[in-house]
Amino acid sequence: MSQSAEKIIDHEMLFRQPEYTEMFASKKQNFEFPYPADKVTEIRDWTKTAEYREKNFAREALTVNPAKACQPLGAVFAAVGFANTLPFVHGSQGCVAYYRSHFSRHFKEPTSCVSSSMTEDAAVFGGLNNMIDGLANSYSMYKPEMIAVSTTCMAEVIGDDLGAFITTAKQKGSVPEDFDVPFAHTPAFVGSHITGYDNALKGVLTHFWHGKERVANNAINFIGGFDGFVVGNMPEIRRILNLFGAEYTVLCDPSDVWNTPSDGEFRMYDGGTTKAEVKSALNAKATILFQGISTEKTGKYIAETGQEVVSLHHPLGLAGTDQFLMEVSRLTGKPIPAQLERERGRLVDAIADSSAHIHGKKFALYGDPDLMLGLTAFLLELGAEPVHVLSTNGDDHWAAKVQTLFDASPFGKGCHVYAKKDLWHMRSLLFTEPVDLLIGNTYGKYLERDCGVPLIRLGFPIFDRHHHHRFPIWGYEGSLRVLVTILDEIFEALDANTIDTAKTDYSYDIIR
Amino acid sequence: MSLTVEDVKQRNESLIKEVLEVYPEKTAKKRAKHLNVYESGKPDCDVKSNIKSLPGVMTIRGCAYAGSKGVVWGPIKDMIHISHGPVGCGQYSWASRRNYYIGVTGIDSFGTMQFTSDFQEKDIVFGGDKKLEKIIDEIQELFPLNKGISVQSECPIGLIGDDIEAVSKKKSKEYDGKTIVPVRCEGFRGVSQSLGHHIANDAVRDWVFDKSGDKHVDFEGTPYDVAIIGDYNIGGDAWSSRILLEEMGLRVIAQWSGDGTLAELENTPKAKLNVLHCYRSMNYISRHMEEKYGIPWVEYNFFGPSKIEASLREIASHFDDRIKEGAERVIAKYRTLTDAVIEKYRPRLEGKTVMLFVGGLRPRHVIGAYEDLGMEVVGTGYEFGHNDDYQRTTHYVKDGTLIYDDVTGYEFEKFVEKVQPDLVGSGIKEKYVFQKMGVPFRQMHSWDYSGPYHGYDGFAIFARDMDMAINSPVWGLTRAPWSK
Repeated sequence: MSQSAEKIIDHEMLFRQPEYTEMFASKKQNFEFPYPADKVTEIRDWTKTAEYREKNFAREALTVNPAKACQPLGAVFAAVGFANTLPFVHGSQGCVAYYRSHFSRHFKEPTSCVSSSMTEDAAVFGGLNNMIDGLANSYSMYKPEMIAVSTTCMAEVIGDDLGAFITTAKQKGSVPEDFDVPFAHTPAFVGSHITGYDNALKGVLTHFWHGKERVANNAINFIGGFDGFVVGNMPEIRRILNLFGAEYTVLCDPSDVWNTPSDGEFRMYDGGTTKAEVKSALNAKATILFQGISTEKTGKYIAETGQEVVSLHHPLGLAGTDQFLMEVSRLTGKPIPAQLERERGRLVDAIADSSAHIHGKKFALYGDPDLMLGLTAFLLELGAEPVHVLSTNGDDHWAAKVQTLFDASPFGKGCHVYAKKDLWHMRSLLFTEPVDLLIGNTYGKYLERDCGVPLIRLGFPIFDRHHHHRFPIWGYEGSLRVLVTILDEIFEALDANTIDTAKTDYSYDIIR
Repeated sequence: MSLTVEDVKQRNESLIKEVLEVYPEKTAKKRAKHLNVYESGKPDCDVKSNIKSLPGVMTIRGCAYAGSKGVVWGPIKDMIHISHGPVGCGQYSWASRRNYYIGVTGIDSFGTMQFTSDFQEKDIVFGGDKKLEKIIDEIQELFPLNKGISVQSECPIGLIGDDIEAVSKKKSKEYDGKTIVPVRCEGFRGVSQSLGHHIANDAVRDWVFDKSGDKHVDFEGTPYDVAIIGDYNIGGDAWSSRILLEEMGLRVIAQWSGDGTLAELENTPKAKLNVLHCYRSMNYISRHMEEKYGIPWVEYNFFGPSKIEASLREIASHFDDRIKEGAERVIAKYRTLTDAVIEKYRPRLEGKTVMLFVGGLRPRHVIGAYEDLGMEVVGTGYEFGHNDDYQRTTHYVKDGTLIYDDVTGYEFEKFVEKVQPDLVGSGIKEKYVFQKMGVPFRQMHSWDYSGPYHGYDGFAIFARDMDMAINSPVWGLTRAPWSK
């Protein structure tokens, strides 16, 4: 018996004790009918080959370990960003349980969201009654100022008409006639979570802007897009825009409600863009889309109202942040604040200090398309080589943009972009064309295990490291954080590779 | 708390009345039937259960797909489970249930992978059967050591009229009788995860038992063969249970389904006794094996030494003296450990109150473990329980316990606010709500990333974790010293 009250051991060590390892061996041998060990080794080695890679890339139907989620998740993200707003997903209830869990595992925060709990009868007769009862219940229970409706694939397949349902529900008195219920159809079988963010945000803007006359003013709007670091990033954006003295509105800001204090009170709603802000945002002279691919339809809609729309792709690093700040400066007519110029200088300083450790390092990275563009540009700027850039929800237009970045840099030679591919494809890439470091979300740890490539966690979701999302990765300061995150992993990997006493530890240096 | 049982009952009754006030009349009437104060001596908890959640109330429940793919099938490690439909369901349930297993992932084991047909609009319009065929071909080529495939239906499959049974049969024939299991666990079926468990159990019956034939004729049974049914090996639970059964002299021929394999499922009908932990999710297949193969089954509870001891004896009672003596030997062997654990933690936890809201067996099964530590469960409820669960609950709860079935976010928050327990045990969606309120919390689905909690080894971890939650210094620091 290895367990004791004095030193209680966890699953990590408990199951390595002989009584358990013997039990595992006997279970396997006597009851599992496993393949012989050499067969397993043979297949394992085969999956590392170019031949396997070819077969793997020839896949047409099967997706394995994708780096994307479905539309309604993004729609809930968008809804969470508005003040006193309850996200309401019309369709099966299990979906909502999944979205809430997914966000809570990433942000380590509650995520309030309701479902219309459609079941078999709704599949046959449609979900109108679920909408009527659902709006009435959530309105009286959770006292929102707005209910933002999106859909699961079930409601989409049976063809429920949200606009008509909401109108009927209002007529039946579920919520007052003038109560705001913006909506968006967000079928899970089209696009990904970023598409859902886009559709839902456009739904909110359309709800408040449709038919309203625009009286242009000098303010600007900022839209961040689906972003796992939103809690840290949005306050940083506000700080930057405040330094400019800009008049601005952040459209969709969940950075407060996903970052509430533990002080004895549960805040179901906190912060977020208010309805008044949304309404007046129509009059802004321009809108900056920080992640243009994540907000393509929203941007198009805003442009149609007569605003200038500046579409960026998750700008990071020096050139990226420079571009963002110059756009803000151009749009607001205000000079770039000295404070930010100092921060720029410090970032240059940090890069210069550490450049030797990153220069020429090969990276593989995967994630949402805008994030990939920003990271690729930053890595090239650092003299690193983003050898494999992969996105499950990036399309050929996105790939062309990444290729343009490669083409513009000597470090982009020999780098490749992979659109609509998954992490099993990435596994083949890492075996056949190894790299030094991998950038991705939590699921990348399986690649780290299989391929032995150290993982740097940047993206969504990140379940297995705590609190990094509370710090910004945007702006010069944020980019500095990205740089440090990369450097930390480089140094950790170097230490791990030189730690053997009397074998490799001559390189286990104390000064680097 | 110096409240009498009558005080508690009165408080709980008025609390129920109070929460119902928030609802529209029709909803209040329906919700009232799910909330109650337990009267000792009653045959059940007198609440309605296993009926539809009301729209818009923020139910904690999941869906049939979660019950089948997430709970029953997902842990079978040497099979590939296709999340058939759009990408989300498989993504959100990817490796999130902590069903530990040993195997070479991606080669001979597939538990922590996400295989999806990633439905696109054209698959909805034209149907996904052709795509499914191709997916099975691609799996066969790229993952040649998979022992079988299951097709876990997401909502659209049943709505667009795909015939996954025909595809499964056809492909099974093409691949020499390979086990390919179509599962009709579309998320809109039923009212919760529960129907998904049932559908998944039936799929084992129809597509594994009825087709395994003479696959393992050379498998030799012994008089001491048992199968662990309804343990998902969360944080290693099934392992810290199995070790006790083996130590008492039994031979565990299968684990359902944590760290389980297809061969184990196939050989289970050769067991002499099925020992059932999660009654809710696997009573169906246990009853089937009793009817068809004459295998008796017995429920057991491996949370906390009191219940473990009783369970070991109960299981042993189905065997000869050798096993009965084995049970006594195991109980004696671990007594030093449990006594030391209780001696260490009981003084720190004595009298502390707990409110639970979980799924499966836990709303009742963990109560004994808390009581072993001197704690008291003052409120409990099932996410997807049926009336037979509420009947079984009467053996565990005390007079006056607050009972809430399919609790809504609002109700749970209010109940905890008023009852002020020292600990809440529930899920990830609830965790941070209560921690914000300053109430210590443990996730009692995932063991809050700890575990195992089953068995004697697990009890030590359980005790430490509850102490860690309740007696963390952070709870004394939630209010700033200058605020009143």
